Amino acid sequence: MRKYVIGSAITLVFLAYSMILRNQHSGLVIAPASPSKSSSVSGGSSSQSSKTSSSTTSTSSTSSSSTSTALYKDGTYTGNVENAFYGNVQVSATISGGKITSVNFLQAPNDNPNSVYINQQADPYLKQEAIQSQNAHVSGVTGATFTSQAFIQSLSSALSQAKA
Amino acid sequence: MQQTQIIMGMPITITIIGARARSLLNSSFAYFRRVDDRYSTYKSDSEISQINKGLPKSKWSNEMKRTLELCEETKALTKGYFDIEHNGKLDPSGLVKGWAINNVATMLLGQNAHDFYVEAGGDIQVHGKNGGDPWTVGIRNPFNTQEIIKKLIVSTEGIATSGTYIRGQHIYNPHDPEADLTTVESLTVIAKNIYEADRFATAAFAMGIRGIEFIKETPGLEGYMITSNGMATYTDGFERYVANA
Repeated sequence: MRKYVIGSAITLVFLAYSMILRNQHSGLVIAPASPSKSSSVSGGSSSQSSKTSSSTTSTSSTSSSSTSTALYKDGTYTGNVENAFYGNVQVSATISGGKITSVNFLQAPNDNPNSVYINQQADPYLKQEAIQSQNAHVSGVTGATFTSQAFIQSLSSALSQAKA
Repeated sequence: MQQTQIIMGMPITITIIGARARSLLNSSFAYFRRVDDRYSTYKSDSEISQINKGLPKSKWSNEMKRTLELCEETKALTKGYFDIEHNGKLDPSGLVKGWAINNVATMLLGQNAHDFYVEAGGDIQVHGKNGGDPWTVGIRNPFNTQEIIKKLIVSTEGIATSGTYIRGQHIYNPHDPEADLTTVESLTVIAKNIYEADRFATAAFAMGIRGIEFIKETPGLEGYMITSNGMATYTDGFERYVANA
């Protein structure tokens, strides 16, 4: 049971993590919701549904508690450093009122130090367009190496210290 | 038959159409695990870790010597942008992922599998067809990882994307506040195989906004670069892979 609950929590936090990526907030409030299957944890780089995310509006669904028992002791817990192949991931989780209230990245790979002017002179062999999301079914998705698993492992080790 | 396993800290998904899929899946994943055991800089007993601790060259495996030669060759081909040496330590992970996927694809072909999809951490090699349909690959929206922004139709190609994990800060130019100062969010490269696509995507991404020009100038490569202003710049030949929306 406990495993299941932790798994659910990790799943939820991972979903929230995709919002971190989008919103560039260093931390955010996560409200516990009804448990979902922990098997959905893998997310990440593998094939994903291309449906438009429905999470946009739920980002700030502040702690509307739907569970009454505290799963974790209050405090801030630091997870293990996990290998994400291209760099390390380490997170800390803050528990308040028995719930995860924020997850912060202590270490994260970032391999984009380059920033230069865009070339205003259009190159004849290159074309440009504004990107647009699509609803298409695909065999798989190409994207930057996602370090979801390292994230989950680091968070899971943080949460194991916080168990009530 | 499709299976996903977490190896090298990332999900690896393999789909094989046809008979003997199960045993081919097993040997493919076993290969990825062997690669991880040899090349992971996070495993103290891996050969690359031993080398970084001073293992003399006479004791390196032939495969390691060959892989490091490929890294050197790639460095030369990319004007030094592809470099596996940092602080005196070797880390060939930027090459090994695409190389390993490509080796699995070669192994599958050698075993008479013709229709398959091999993906490690968003880098993909496809071959043949997915049943009666072509393989299709979406390019992830770097601003919203739940979305795709392009659907590609591929048959025997490698597709790799380099990008940021967490987006960096936009850089403000005090001398020209109005300047359209832009960072590269992701760069997708299509090549005849994933080894070529991955190593050149890695190097071209490090070149910043000029990376797409490098892709354009390198024969056999097509690219799609997304910048922080929500625009994409792409090579002429890229369009032939794009499915009509």
